[in-house]
Amino acid sequence: MNASQHVVPGGRGSADGVPALGVEGLSRHFGSLRAVQEVTFEVRAGSRHAVIGPNGAGKSTLFALIAGALPATSGRVRLHGDDVTSMAEYARANRGLVRTFQHSSLFLSATARENVLLAVQRRHGVQASPWRSVTRRRALLEEADEVLAQLGLLDRAGAAAGALSHGERRQLEVAVALATAPSVLLLDEPAAGMSPADTQAFQQIVLGLPQEVTVLLVEHDLDLVFGLADTVTVLHLGEHLITGDPEQVRASEAVQSAYLGAEDTSDLFLEEGS
Amino acid sequence: MSGWFNAHFVSMVDGVAYGLLLFTLAVGLSLVFGMMDVLNLAHGTLYLAGAYTAYALSDGSWLGLLIALVVGLVVGLLGGGLLAAAVAPLQGRGHLDQAALTLGISLIAAEVMVMLFGAEVLPTAPPSALSGSVSVLGHTYPVYRLAFIGIATLLAALVYLAFERSSVGALVRATVADRDMVRTMGVDTRKVLFGVFGFGAALAAVGGVLGAPIIAPGPGIDERVLVLSLVVVVIGGLGSVRGALLGALLIGQVQTLGVALVPSYAPFLLFGAMLLVLALRPQGLFAPGRA
Amino acid sequence: MNSLQVRRTLLVGLVAFALLMVPWVFGAFTVSTFTRALVFAVLAMAVNLLTGVAGLPTLGQAAYFGVGAYTGALVSIHWSELGIVQLLVATLAGVVAAVLTGPLAIRGRGVAFLMITLAIGEIGYSAAGRLDAVTGGTDGLSGILPVVVLPGGEGLVNEGLIYYYVLVVAVLAYLGVGMLLRSPFGLTLRGLRDNEARLRAVGYRTDAYALGAFVYAGGLAALAGSLWASSQRFVAPGDMGFEIAALALLAVIVGGVGSMWGACLGAALVVFTRDYFGQIVSGHAPLLLGTLFVLAVYLLPKGIAGGRAQWRTLFPRSHAEHPTAEVR
Repeated sequence: MNASQHVVPGGRGSADGVPALGVEGLSRHFGSLRAVQEVTFEVRAGSRHAVIGPNGAGKSTLFALIAGALPATSGRVRLHGDDVTSMAEYARANRGLVRTFQHSSLFLSATARENVLLAVQRRHGVQASPWRSVTRRRALLEEADEVLAQLGLLDRAGAAAGALSHGERRQLEVAVALATAPSVLLLDEPAAGMSPADTQAFQQIVLGLPQEVTVLLVEHDLDLVFGLADTVTVLHLGEHLITGDPEQVRASEAVQSAYLGAEDTSDLFLEEGS
Repeated sequence: MSGWFNAHFVSMVDGVAYGLLLFTLAVGLSLVFGMMDVLNLAHGTLYLAGAYTAYALSDGSWLGLLIALVVGLVVGLLGGGLLAAAVAPLQGRGHLDQAALTLGISLIAAEVMVMLFGAEVLPTAPPSALSGSVSVLGHTYPVYRLAFIGIATLLAALVYLAFERSSVGALVRATVADRDMVRTMGVDTRKVLFGVFGFGAALAAVGGVLGAPIIAPGPGIDERVLVLSLVVVVIGGLGSVRGALLGALLIGQVQTLGVALVPSYAPFLLFGAMLLVLALRPQGLFAPGRA
Repeated sequence: MNSLQVRRTLLVGLVAFALLMVPWVFGAFTVSTFTRALVFAVLAMAVNLLTGVAGLPTLGQAAYFGVGAYTGALVSIHWSELGIVQLLVATLAGVVAAVLTGPLAIRGRGVAFLMITLAIGEIGYSAAGRLDAVTGGTDGLSGILPVVVLPGGEGLVNEGLIYYYVLVVAVLAYLGVGMLLRSPFGLTLRGLRDNEARLRAVGYRTDAYALGAFVYAGGLAALAGSLWASSQRFVAPGDMGFEIAALALLAVIVGGVGSMWGACLGAALVVFTRDYFGQIVSGHAPLLLGTLFVLAVYLLPKGIAGGRAQWRTLFPRSHAEHPTAEVR
């Protein structure tokens, strides 16, 4: 469809083999604590890439470094080959590197449509002028509604975000991120606090995303990770352990000992209870 | 250098007295905000109530001062309890509603005090035994201010030790660092609210009793004192006793030594200093670290 | 839906009619109180734009109000008696002042922002009292000429005509703010209040939008200041002091944070409580104002404009008398 094409341009540089995201020797120290230490890996364009690791592995810090919420102590972050390490979070977002939040983070007093509209109008350049062209406004609204429809939220467009159910908020969360037309979508522990049913539904949402959108997922819930990811990176104590396809990672002895050695043996291979 | 020191000696000692007075006010404001997340804009009213108490009860005798102190303490505790009770139903409604409520209360209280004491500034005499001057390093200096510095230093030391060393102080510091802590530890938040409010209010009212000969009671003093202690709290960092102490001493010097050095910029010094601090360190100079 | 529109049109018509009738019904003192209420309403809208819409609580808007008042007064004395010239130059001065001070103010959020704006306000107040050559110092600035609306026209000295002048400008300001709020920029400011981190994550440089809101609010407050100079024909440092800033913020809280008509109503309530009812009870205005704020916080937690539910709990009996209202 023509419409979805301009909603999600994505896929920049995917043809020539440049990775969508490059993490090179990335470190972040808090005083003497080395939360992330010399981490290097690549995220292939179009892939569904997951970063996992036991508690304290440095997942959240790594996520913040990639998104630009925290400055790196050393190392680089590349987006489609371009160095974005010194860019602020908003500037990375404008270049297509867009994050979601661990707990749904929305504009609660605004309607679902307005939530998406905020992202859409940013992409088309919002000015500080009080004037608005009615036709242009209509075009923006139509675009917002397309994204809502994509996530199955169109019938809730007029509802305040604060009045949505937990699952709907999750969908809206993704809709807002998608409306910025990201080329790389960063998902921060999306399954945190979700019921297994919600997690299932969320998995379907991510699987339904256009292939041009590269997805990097930092996640605790291994069911979701192995149900989604084509590539998995394992962190352990702030360091990079392995990057490979799910089979390789499951088979890795280093990974098994890391998970067994860590205090939480959130079993890598068992179904999660309840 | 020694000539410069000599010329400004009186200003500097004044600044210490002024700073210690501000500390008795700011510490309550800071803890109430740091611990309970309550913005109490009626804090200056408590000082004014204490100062009027001193005016009404002190007759130049030691007994008069003692009675004024006891009554001031009671007034402070009652006022603090009243404010805590007024603010308690607003939990979770944000700072704006607290600001409106406490500002409203302070307007009412200020008008009641005008009705009781009139609209004049009422110079309050210290106990006659302390009313003279002595020579300090070749300067004549009011005895009362020296005595005030002594008492206020003692008071500040007590508060500081209680905060840094006692188990209650540890609870207070833990709460400032992580407000949900009190709740998860099963401590009654209402008790903490009343305790912190009562403590801060009593200290402000006692500060008013002792400070009346320095900043005399009158209409508008509540607002002036409130603004001064807000500045101290902002400079020192919210919820920190040490920050309140250092911030108060700093502002004391700015208000006395600074004014003596650059009189033509006097009105701008206070807020200029605050803007400078906020621009450099928005969380305050001595803010406790938050994990 | 349709009946709602009809009701709204009726209400707007009624309010417009009432506002137009004021000079015909009331005496000079009451009319001048209405004029002050209108000026204060414009200032309250500026405070609300920052506090209610963008989530940046301010105690410093009186500074820009003062900049506008002094600028308007000086333009009147030295250059032009034309209202439009005074309004434009004053607004521009407010914008410039906000552009210069805003970058400092927006370094903080929440209570820190409140404190920075308080400091800006106090510095402005002190400056007005000391720049004797420009502002007349603590004596204030008098000699402001009656404002002229059309070139070659007569200056307005009649209370009723001054009221109409202020009314027209205030209504235009109200419409302008309404337009701003419905624009993409207005939506962005609401986003800033709701969730700044998320706004940043979708690509907004949020500091720039906070500064934008600050500049609009500065210009609007200065516009109100110019109206103040024209209507009072006297400006003094007290007009930009803490009291004005605090009352403007309280008017917004009483009216309902975020609602522009609520802010206007709150402003009118504050001015009438202070200047009108305060006179009736022999000058105990602070007592009345204090009571108003305390009652408003307890009884109308969302302000006058905060929805009908809280009014119903306040007046349960009238609610029971009209059971149809519940079904609706």
